[in-house]
Amino acid sequence: MVTFEGMEQHRTSSGSSQSPRSPSSSQPFLSVSVTDPVKLGNGVQAYISYRVITKTNCPEYQGPEKIVIRRYSDFVWLRDRLFEKYKGIFIPPLPEKSAVEKFRFSAEFIEMRRQALDVFVNRIAAHHELQQSEDLRTFLQAEEETMERLRSHETGIFKKPSDLMQIFKDVQSKVSDVVLGKEKPVEESDPEYEKLKHYIFELENHLAEAQKHAYRLVKRHRELGQSLSDFGKAVKLLGASEGNALGKAFSELGIKSEILSVKLQKEAQQLLMSFEEPLKDYVRAVQSIKATIAERANAFRRQCELAETMKLKEINLDKLMLIRSDKVAEAEREYHELKAESEQATKTFGTIVKLMNEEIGRFQEQKTLDMGIAFHEFAKGQARLANGIADAWRSLLPKLEACSSS
Amino acid sequence: MMDSENHTSEEHLHPLSSSKEELENLHLHENNEYDPLITKSYSNYRSVMSTLSDSHNHPLSPPSLVSPADSDPLLSPPLNYREFPNPNSTDTSSYIDPPSYADAIFSNFDGETSSNGTDTPTRSSSDGIYFSRSASSNSEYLKITVSNPIKEQENSNSIVPGSSSYVTYLVTTRTNISEFGGSEFGVRRRFKDIVTLSDRLSEAYRGFFIPPRPDKSIVESQVMQKQEFVEQRRVALEKYLRRLADHPVIRKSDEFRVFLQVQGKLPLPTTTDVASRVLDGAAKLPKQLMGDSLIAPSEVVQPAKGGRDLMRLFKELKQSMANDWGSSKPPVVEEDKEFLAKKERISELELQINGASQQAESLVKAQQDMGETMGELGLAFIKLTKFENEEAVLDSQRARAADMKGVATAAVKASRLFRELNSQTVKHLDTLHEYLGLMLAVHSAFTDRSSALLTVQTLLSELSSLQSRAEKLEAASSKIFGGDKSRIRKLEELQETIRATEDAKNVAIREYERIKENNRSELERLDRERQTDFLNMLKGFVVNQVGYAEKIANVWTKVVEDTRGYAKEST
Repeated sequence: MVTFEGMEQHRTSSGSSQSPRSPSSSQPFLSVSVTDPVKLGNGVQAYISYRVITKTNCPEYQGPEKIVIRRYSDFVWLRDRLFEKYKGIFIPPLPEKSAVEKFRFSAEFIEMRRQALDVFVNRIAAHHELQQSEDLRTFLQAEEETMERLRSHETGIFKKPSDLMQIFKDVQSKVSDVVLGKEKPVEESDPEYEKLKHYIFELENHLAEAQKHAYRLVKRHRELGQSLSDFGKAVKLLGASEGNALGKAFSELGIKSEILSVKLQKEAQQLLMSFEEPLKDYVRAVQSIKATIAERANAFRRQCELAETMKLKEINLDKLMLIRSDKVAEAEREYHELKAESEQATKTFGTIVKLMNEEIGRFQEQKTLDMGIAFHEFAKGQARLANGIADAWRSLLPKLEACSSS
Repeated sequence: MMDSENHTSEEHLHPLSSSKEELENLHLHENNEYDPLITKSYSNYRSVMSTLSDSHNHPLSPPSLVSPADSDPLLSPPLNYREFPNPNSTDTSSYIDPPSYADAIFSNFDGETSSNGTDTPTRSSSDGIYFSRSASSNSEYLKITVSNPIKEQENSNSIVPGSSSYVTYLVTTRTNISEFGGSEFGVRRRFKDIVTLSDRLSEAYRGFFIPPRPDKSIVESQVMQKQEFVEQRRVALEKYLRRLADHPVIRKSDEFRVFLQVQGKLPLPTTTDVASRVLDGAAKLPKQLMGDSLIAPSEVVQPAKGGRDLMRLFKELKQSMANDWGSSKPPVVEEDKEFLAKKERISELELQINGASQQAESLVKAQQDMGETMGELGLAFIKLTKFENEEAVLDSQRARAADMKGVATAAVKASRLFRELNSQTVKHLDTLHEYLGLMLAVHSAFTDRSSALLTVQTLLSELSSLQSRAEKLEAASSKIFGGDKSRIRKLEELQETIRATEDAKNVAIREYERIKENNRSELERLDRERQTDFLNMLKGFVVNQVGYAEKIANVWTKVVEDTRGYAKEST
């Protein structure tokens, strides 16, 4: 659990890789760990389940410790719920869903995913708003059948009646936009926010490229390891046919080569876990921010639309009042409803803006920490590898000297 | 894909060239990161070799390469495994570690490696430095340089306008060997002359392990004149001549001397008509003996040439050897058991050298790829750093940008070190490749032997059949009282022939014995020199790896220190 340990310095409560720490005094804490991946089911239906262990002293929770079994789609459910409820907050990203079939159950992949899921839940648990979420509590405590029900409820395009309504409303507003001649969706004109959006979009590109090269670097390590292994074998064979001191020198070279091959494979794995994965995580985090940006745009649009509609309704109401129509009462009611909605929308939007401002600061700090650790581990790994290579080859030199003097 | 990456990096050179601070050095890196000479495809090992050895034009090339014309082998210090800033590089030398640091790294190994006189640096002939491997008591040297390619016109075919042109090279020799009667001289030679030299040597030095000459290339005349091709050829020619100069017997040969010294047209016969050439012994055979059943020994004496690929040639040879061994009774029976054992050992050795050479090739490629990707990673982070710095609103961003820059710089440095490591590795491991080439020479020499043996055996059997004919004739003519004039005449002729054949047989036997002795002494020399060369190769390779690994470790250790604040407190 190398990359995200920094959170421990930062937050009051956090998780660790294998098991949560034991409770201390009366300070409120919530610590979660995702462990113990197990393959269940058969063939195409097969999936991995994880043990999620929660230790807490918060009164909202059922008890000091709870263990549940969860699978990937449960995490997705949690993420989706949080995304809906906590607009403006950067919801921690999940590792990618699909993977090439062949690797879906490889030990490396499973471990990487487990780690990423652990980090995901812990970030939620550490976030002062998100940690209070009821959905989180459900996720951490509900029985498996309950989870299953909730989870399957979420699949399908139309999730809930309210969602349905929202979609219709969106269509409605789009139509009215076109009718009113507003082809382009309304957008904020806050220059600082524009800068931020531009930053986020650009950042994703740069990070994606860095991550791509990091992944390639992992591959290069593996390839170099393989070629050292092959080289070692070939050199040993050559040593065998040479015989005498030279032959022995070749053999020693071959042996060292094979040793280094192993070191390289190990380092490749380290590189993947401690450097490439954090970069990928960074990319995902940025993508999550993009989703929040989209939400903010939606909220802004909604606010504008409602304000517009409200104005129209107000004009209409005044008209009706003037002509003393009997539709006034109804129109008045509608107007007040709309007004309430409009105020709500404005409030929602305002909240999002406020939250985002806080979140950005927190995000940047967290990322500096995460990347600092990742860089440290990367450099450590490379130094360790280079020193290992130097040591291995260096140990050959006296033997080679002995050969030439004999 | 290579190209598009080149373009991407070049595009990004512009924004970076504007920044003046520490990134300036990195900018200079980037120019060289994607030098077209270096990023050629590495599927052809030899092209790697030639491009990398050619990199004395490259500002950041391994500084052990010195322009051939400049240095005198006796005056320059042994450039074994040191790294000096390349005299050709200017600004970039500020980025190469100062000599004292490099010395500190390498001086340990210098002390260890320079033990005895036979301990020479890698025999890569692209180095300007050449050390004779002869015994330390012998201070003879023979240094050859090939340079200055010039296009010249063929004057003879004046009927065809725009007649074929060819390239000549300046072959400069510096020597203190008395037979040459001069210490420094130069002649102009063309590739055809090399072929002639090679052919003459093969005939004159049967049984010796004569280094194989560079391949003829079947390319269009347009390609022939391309600078790249000419340069590749120049390098190949130089290597070949240096190998010849390295051979204790051939370096003293008339053919070689004439080639190196005689001005104007090369005075060696160029005819490829085999039958008319004067060969030691074999060509003096009466023609009627060269029946259809015989492999004309003169053909067999021809060195293996042609083909573009030594490797392929080797494979073909290997195949034919396998065929030979596979058949129930080889046509030629070599009775020397010791020789047969040695031959088999050489065969086995060849197989293993081939294997090692191939794996060396892929090792080099893997190292190269590592360096490249590391460089690309570094560049990506440089871009990120720049981006964060430009867009920074918060201090956390600036801090991150600073961290990133440390990593980026380290990655770019490490990338450069990988490349240098690799070009040195290529030079060392090339010894394997050289010996593969030499194996061809060995096969050729063994073939000389078996063909000579064949000649002897043929003559012996011819002799015995002639003699039995003579006996029959004698017996028949003695029955006729008074003699038979025609038969007597025939008998006399026959006896003439027998005498001639006897002479030829004796010559052939002498030739065979001579070749056998050549084989033997050459095998001894091969074993001896191979021990030295391979040992040097191993040492060179290992020292190189250690040196660069240490440097790379230092580069990253700095980043570890700089980011130590982020290290987790718990294990």
